Amino acid sequence: MAAPKFAFLLLNLISILPLLVSSFSVDRPTDRRILVLLDDLSLKSSHSLFFSSLKSRGFDLDFKLADDPAIAVKRYGQYMYDGLILLSPSTERFGGSLDVEGVLDFVDSGHDLIVAADANASDLIRNIAAECGVDFDEDPSAVVVDHSSYAVSETEGDHTLIAADDFIQSDVILGNKKIEAPVLFKGIGHSLNPANSMVLKALSASPSSYSTNPSSKLSSQPPSLYGTAISLVSVVQARNAARIMISGSLDMFSNRLFRAGVQKSGSLNKYEKSGNEQFITELSKWIFHERGHLKAVNLRHNKVGESEEPSMYRINDDLEFSVEIFEWSGSSWVPHVSKDVQVQFYMMSPYVLKTLSTNGKGLYHTSFKVPDVYGVFQFKVEYQKLGYTSLSLSKQIPVRPFKHNEYERFITTAFPYYGASFSMMAGFFIFSGVYLYNK
Amino acid sequence: MLFQLIQSTLPGKEKPGFDNLYFFVKKKQGVQTERRVIVVVGGTKIVVRGGKLVAVGICIPVEVISSLQNPNSLTVEIPNSDPIHQIRPMVAAKMEKSAADLPASPGLSSVLKSLKLKTKQQELLIRVSVLFLVYVLAFITRLFSILRYESMIHEFDPYFNYRVTQFLTQNGFYEFWNWFDYESWYPLGRIVGGTLYPGLMVTAAFIFWTLRFLRFAVHIREVCVLTAPFFAANTTIVAYFFGKELWDSGAGLVAAVLIAICPGYISRSVAGSYDNEGVAIFALLLTFYLFVKAVNTGSLAWALASAFGYFYMVSAWGGYVFIINLIPLYVLVLLITGRYSMRLYVAYNCMYVLGMLLAMQIRFVGFQHVQSGEHMAAMGVFFLIQFLPSHQYSRPTISRFYVVIIKAILTSSYLVQVFNFLDWVKYLLDDPKKFHTFLRFTVTSAVGLGAVALGVGTASGYISPWTGRFYSLLDPTYAKDHIPIIASVSEHQPTAWSSFMFDFHILLFLFPAGLYFCFKRLSDATIFIVMYGLTSMYFAGVMVRLILVATPAVCLISAIAVSATVKNLTQLVRSKSKPAPAGSSKGASNTKASSKGSLEQSMPFGRNGAIALLLGALYLLSRYVIHCTWVTSEAYSSPSIVLAARGAHGQRVIFDDYREAYFWLRQNTPPEAKVMSWWDYGYQITAMGNRTVIVDNNTWNNTHIATVGRAMSSYEDEAYEIIKSLDVDYVLVVFGGVTGYSSDDINKFLWMVRIGGGVFPVIKEPDYLVNGEYRVDKGGAPKMLNCLMYKLCYYRFGELTTEYGKPPGYDRARGVEIGNKDIKLEHLEEAFTTSNWIVRIYKVKPPNNRW
Repeated sequence: MAAPKFAFLLLNLISILPLLVSSFSVDRPTDRRILVLLDDLSLKSSHSLFFSSLKSRGFDLDFKLADDPAIAVKRYGQYMYDGLILLSPSTERFGGSLDVEGVLDFVDSGHDLIVAADANASDLIRNIAAECGVDFDEDPSAVVVDHSSYAVSETEGDHTLIAADDFIQSDVILGNKKIEAPVLFKGIGHSLNPANSMVLKALSASPSSYSTNPSSKLSSQPPSLYGTAISLVSVVQARNAARIMISGSLDMFSNRLFRAGVQKSGSLNKYEKSGNEQFITELSKWIFHERGHLKAVNLRHNKVGESEEPSMYRINDDLEFSVEIFEWSGSSWVPHVSKDVQVQFYMMSPYVLKTLSTNGKGLYHTSFKVPDVYGVFQFKVEYQKLGYTSLSLSKQIPVRPFKHNEYERFITTAFPYYGASFSMMAGFFIFSGVYLYNK
Repeated sequence: MLFQLIQSTLPGKEKPGFDNLYFFVKKKQGVQTERRVIVVVGGTKIVVRGGKLVAVGICIPVEVISSLQNPNSLTVEIPNSDPIHQIRPMVAAKMEKSAADLPASPGLSSVLKSLKLKTKQQELLIRVSVLFLVYVLAFITRLFSILRYESMIHEFDPYFNYRVTQFLTQNGFYEFWNWFDYESWYPLGRIVGGTLYPGLMVTAAFIFWTLRFLRFAVHIREVCVLTAPFFAANTTIVAYFFGKELWDSGAGLVAAVLIAICPGYISRSVAGSYDNEGVAIFALLLTFYLFVKAVNTGSLAWALASAFGYFYMVSAWGGYVFIINLIPLYVLVLLITGRYSMRLYVAYNCMYVLGMLLAMQIRFVGFQHVQSGEHMAAMGVFFLIQFLPSHQYSRPTISRFYVVIIKAILTSSYLVQVFNFLDWVKYLLDDPKKFHTFLRFTVTSAVGLGAVALGVGTASGYISPWTGRFYSLLDPTYAKDHIPIIASVSEHQPTAWSSFMFDFHILLFLFPAGLYFCFKRLSDATIFIVMYGLTSMYFAGVMVRLILVATPAVCLISAIAVSATVKNLTQLVRSKSKPAPAGSSKGASNTKASSKGSLEQSMPFGRNGAIALLLGALYLLSRYVIHCTWVTSEAYSSPSIVLAARGAHGQRVIFDDYREAYFWLRQNTPPEAKVMSWWDYGYQITAMGNRTVIVDNNTWNNTHIATVGRAMSSYEDEAYEIIKSLDVDYVLVVFGGVTGYSSDDINKFLWMVRIGGGVFPVIKEPDYLVNGEYRVDKGGAPKMLNCLMYKLCYYRFGELTTEYGKPPGYDRARGVEIGNKDIKLEHLEEAFTTSNWIVRIYKVKPPNNRW
């Protein structure tokens, strides 16, 4: 028994090896291996456009049923996947060892996540979303209804298929090309937890939307979620640069809505093809770090006129500071060009705050005078821009006061004092001599 | 008659009674065989004008009873009157000479000469060997801590001193002088070179370098550990000479023995107690000794030596302020009591001017010496004595050369020229009345000017006001109300009676007796020791740690009491057995003794009584020795970084948790990690853990400490904000609930609240108390049970059974079951807890990844 088992393990290892080699790294931030968990394997074909777009961009997709007992994202302390797509809104618990904690740990160790919920989303999905700062409507059968910006359709008349076009204003997240056609959305709405400062609405509902159970009658109570407070798709960029996308609709990934034409009610524009494909594709590019990933390297500082990095500065030294910032283009690192990168010379509060000038090749530099305060300072580069991974660099550097022999030896203004001391010395000798030997 | 006036104790004044006896030693010049002492009894008139003896009342010729045994003192017997007074010439050098010149009584001269030389040698031998033994004893009695534990640095501050010394020996003096230490007081840093008294470190480094030069391969730690005992041993020598100067060599010997084992001094000078006080007490006593010597002799050389002693003291300890206030006070007292003399003038001026210039070379003192309020008394007295016309007091004994030098020094400082001007004016004005008017006018206007200058200086901030520490000395309640950081230190508390008893034992009773003897034989020197004793006793009552300063004075004064009493008694015993005049010549010098001897005739059992009293004194002294040894071995030899306790079966249990924790920090945390703890542990963390700390025992920045206090007394999420703003990576707390170690952070916690609340009013002490009571059990205040300090100390403590028969979570240090057993930490996580839970280290978690 032992021998085959060993052989199996070995085989497994060998099969994992190439995966390990091409896994997510600092040098190549784009994800490679993605685990897709499905409620139903039929989703594989009904959402094939989405998957094939991912595959064509070079991702290895591993499809599994959500309750497959063999699910494992981690082996021997190593994650086997770089990204996780949960298209399993109704799964109450995952098979295998994966649970809410497992998914969150996966994210907290720097991996990406796409979660799609739907009406009647399970507690599992709700909990994962809640941990990411997204609260789905508590009514399990509630969906987003919009009677003014619904998608005109012949079959559906309850206005639950929404044509949403309130996108997040960020080229980094949604790509340079403007999304013309509205995105078709059918599913549950959510709100953002105000305590969470990291979560953003990628696609908001219109002011006239609200969240309710379409089959029940409207009560006199106002709906718990309404208007622009409803987010349809939200994204989170965690502090460790892991990215999360949470959507209230599974259908928006489907081939049907990808291909469907769209006409927003009250609008005369009729589009051949909905914005879903462009929206989902561009967003997934961002989620899987094909875009908007920055790195800062070679943080350097030195005294003006020197090239060595000192271990300590003296107050009022002139120093030069430089840092290189690159952006991941999806295949290579290209210089990031921006005019708003700043450096702080910081000790409990910034003593110096300077905007760095760039040479267009990724090098940012400046020079300034160390303030007249000693202490343990930090060079801090805090670069947080919407869509980009946040750069938060700090390098500690002590600043010492003057040494006893670094002060100016003779000051012109002090000449009277020098005169006084020398005349005193001379006077001392003369006086003693006269007093002692004159009588 | 060719008599030369050698000395008078107090010319120009008269006081009745025998206690204020004036005497003149007159010596016939050229005639070596004859020597006379003439005593002028009180009530007679002595008129001295212009330094010359004009008229003397009754002069009674007396015989020399004894002068050879102790050239410093003469016992004279006045015919026709009972009391015999001991007379002590001030000019020791002169007397020694004359004494040596003096042969014994003509008849037995040749026989006695050889005999006496022998006894003299014997006495010298005994004295030297006793001193040597005392020297060794003083050293070895301080080695208990090494035997009990190991050769290690003790407590808190010594670790800083040790670290600095290491730096000094590794990097040299200039690097040390300019050392900017960025590992403490993060992120402010500390200019170590400019904020410490370098005397101790330089001394240890010097010893280290010397030993290295002599090819002794010692580690710097051993040098540091043994520095304090070494200096304590040296102090005994100084005490001997001081006692000799004050009274006689017997008192000196007793003083040396007493100070060698006095617990009040041992508490700060055991091996490993590598603190400033270790060398400072030596320097203090040395300065005082040299100053008294300078006053007694009027010698510029001694005054110069005293200035250098003062310089060493300034370089070693902030307690130098005591010297620079006591000495002017002493001068003032001598002035008021009419004992002002040229000797004093020479000694004080030289000591003050040179001492001041030298002290200003210490970076930490610098211009404070002329600008701060604490030093103003010395300066005021300095200016004051320039007013007093010096001609009146000049004596032939003071060489003209000295006077010239002093004047030259004074003249060279321009201000003083004004005062010398007075002499010149007096020279011009023949009429004393005119001069007095002039003097009164000048003095009044100068004092007025001085007061105005002081007022303006203080108001403009040029002269800094007194520091809080100084205030708290004058007003013991000041610190409690205004500076909690000073009041929080246990060694700054007012002294309890028990600790006086503990530290002084029989000296406490001998002290008043010694004062009695000092008053009985008042001289410039005894006035000094009396003043030193009384002022330092007051300070010892205000602050526990200042018992240390009082100890030398108490030992010296007690030594006088012991020595005088024992001498009297032995003389009593001897005089009976040997009634021959040889006995009295041997007995030497004590008025009391001889008076007792004369009284004894009326007391038939005097001799037996004396023997009984001697035995009693012997018993008391041996009790003292036993007490001192016991205290040293039991109470003062604990390094406090390693704790010892008795186990259930009486065996010794060692808690080495501190070092365990610091070693863990050193090995397991990144080198740039910042550790937050209460300031008590700052020095140890930097020295042993080699990690950056936020605050440490150099409590120079109250706000920074208050910030830490605020973090410790806030709820966890509020504390987390503070912790993040200080870039803290680890939080360290000391907890004694498992071992019953009572000086832990929970017991110190109210001080954190007070200090934090002093700067940040959001922290309010009543929030942590229930009906004014500080509790950690179920009845504790809710804020108390949920503040960061409580959580960190008691995290998971509820699961632990500490004592058989008690519920889990039973705090042995406070003897209660804790009130909050279910502690959850959100932003911190336990990183390390030592084997006895004394030190607990928590890691600060990074902010939540997704929030």
